[in-house]
Amino acid sequence: MSILKLSGVTMRFGGLVAVNGLDLGLASGQLYGLIGPNGAGKTTVFNVITGVYAPTSGEILFEGNPIGGERCGRITRRGVARTFQNIRLFGEMSVLDNVKVAFDCRQATTLTTAVLRTPAHRAEEERVDRESRELLKIFKLDHLSTERAKNLPYGSQRRLEIARAMATAPRLLLLDEPAAGMNPHESNELMDLIRWVRDRFGMAILLVEHNMKVVMGICETVHVLDYGSTIAVGPPAAIQRDPKVIEAYLGGA
Amino acid sequence: MKGLLVAAAVCAGLFVLNALFVGALVPGVAMPPYFLQVLCLAGINITLAVSLNLINGFTGQFSIGHAGFMAIGAYASAYFTVTAGDRLRAILGFLPSALQESAVLLSALSIGALLAAVAGFFVGVPSLRLRGDYLAIVTLGFGEIIRVVIESLDAVGGARGFAGIPKLANFFWIYLFAAATILVVYRIVHSSFGRTLVAIREDEVAAEAMGVHTTRAKVISFVVSSAMAGVAGGLFAHYLMYIHPKSFTFLRSFEIIIMIVIGGLGSISGSVLGAVLFIGLTEGLRQFAQYRMVLFSLLLIVLMIVRPQGILGHKEFVTFLTKRRRSIGGAPGTQEGA
Repeated sequence: MSILKLSGVTMRFGGLVAVNGLDLGLASGQLYGLIGPNGAGKTTVFNVITGVYAPTSGEILFEGNPIGGERCGRITRRGVARTFQNIRLFGEMSVLDNVKVAFDCRQATTLTTAVLRTPAHRAEEERVDRESRELLKIFKLDHLSTERAKNLPYGSQRRLEIARAMATAPRLLLLDEPAAGMNPHESNELMDLIRWVRDRFGMAILLVEHNMKVVMGICETVHVLDYGSTIAVGPPAAIQRDPKVIEAYLGGA
Repeated sequence: MKGLLVAAAVCAGLFVLNALFVGALVPGVAMPPYFLQVLCLAGINITLAVSLNLINGFTGQFSIGHAGFMAIGAYASAYFTVTAGDRLRAILGFLPSALQESAVLLSALSIGALLAAVAGFFVGVPSLRLRGDYLAIVTLGFGEIIRVVIESLDAVGGARGFAGIPKLANFFWIYLFAAATILVVYRIVHSSFGRTLVAIREDEVAAEAMGVHTTRAKVISFVVSSAMAGVAGGLFAHYLMYIHPKSFTFLRSFEIIIMIVIGGLGSISGSVLGAVLFIGLTEGLRQFAQYRMVLFSLLLIVLMIVRPQGILGHKEFVTFLTKRRRSIGGAPGTQEGA
């Protein structure tokens, strides 16, 4: 059963068609790569799925429910989490608090219980604290938990972004260029991490990435976009030989 | 249980101090009226500064209309006391007169807070749905509209000002509400809700993507902040016994902003310090007569060059002393954060 299904999704900005009639389907537990040259519309696809933009036309189904045009926060609470191409952490907050914020989207406490410090509120805070620390441990960030997020090294910031996204308990994770700016050693670690996250939490992952080694190394299906349209979908080995893909990347003879 | 005991101790302490200051405790010992008044105005400013810091410092939404909400609280509560105060006293005739007066004050303050909160809601909902500086523009306009409306309302004295308000507020009430404001803001900031507010300040897009209902959080924060400004306004009216639309111009809003910037945006103890310093400086510089505001501006400029993040920065007083880092409520737009 497909967890995410896009049919005929089109996104226009004035006269520019950023995404043109896109069809895409993700099975749960699948690692799906979305690639394409600069300006192909990859990040726009992400923004349409996560509710940053409402699609001009077409349908987006998440676990069978239409989510196209819903608010970002609501889509997250449904179980879709994302990271950003340019890291967007809460820089002045501690590493631990960054993760806690994401946990809060599933919390039941309100302003009144917070001001009155009711036992229920305290229990909830303790639970969030415990689970956040566990999550940080999984992502090997526990020793940095009191550090301010903006002071972390680049690779750790990327890991923290993924950890924060995981804290919203998603069933679909969208990673926007997680390997950007990483050296070969760091991107190898990242590949292991992504694979491990998928296996451990059994979620579907949609990955936008320029680093071909990463995409070809971990994705089961690769989807190639150019000028907002699909030019190829298939397993990595087939994509690498596809003449249309080679033309899009290297230009025609 | 422990909380209640602490609250009772604070109440008793303030009560005794109040009696001491007005000369009712030890005969012949009293605080000079001028100093007592400065102290009380400082208390009102603490309430204003700490409440404004909730929206400006912690949520990162720049409001410059705090005086407008203060004006609503001041006029609404004063109008209640003047028109309905006697009726309430008659209903509560069986109580001792001190309790009657307290009941009138508390009802008046509640009405002031409620109306300020409602105004905050209607100002906040349209402007906080958007990202960016819309709140600053809308609140600036709102503050002026409130002032102009009050000037044309004859029932509250219009441009002549509203006189004849009974003096129901004193040191005790002013500092009780200042303490309550600090407690409430502290608890909000150190809760899951407070974390979402700081997250909104740090990166609104990312906060929304983490499932935070950003508009709702911003509006709640703004409404709470407005209600507290309403209480401060009510105390102001019932302490000075006379209010005038000119007391609530945008200059007043800027004064409160200066207080929280001096102390450090995103620091509760910083706001308290800023409020006290602001009042201390403006009063202390009185002897320099016409050079007063020049000196004051110079001091501010020096402070902003030496410590652009405010005296305490984003730290609270205790952690500032022990040099330990507390991440919650880091200051936005500080030098290091730029």
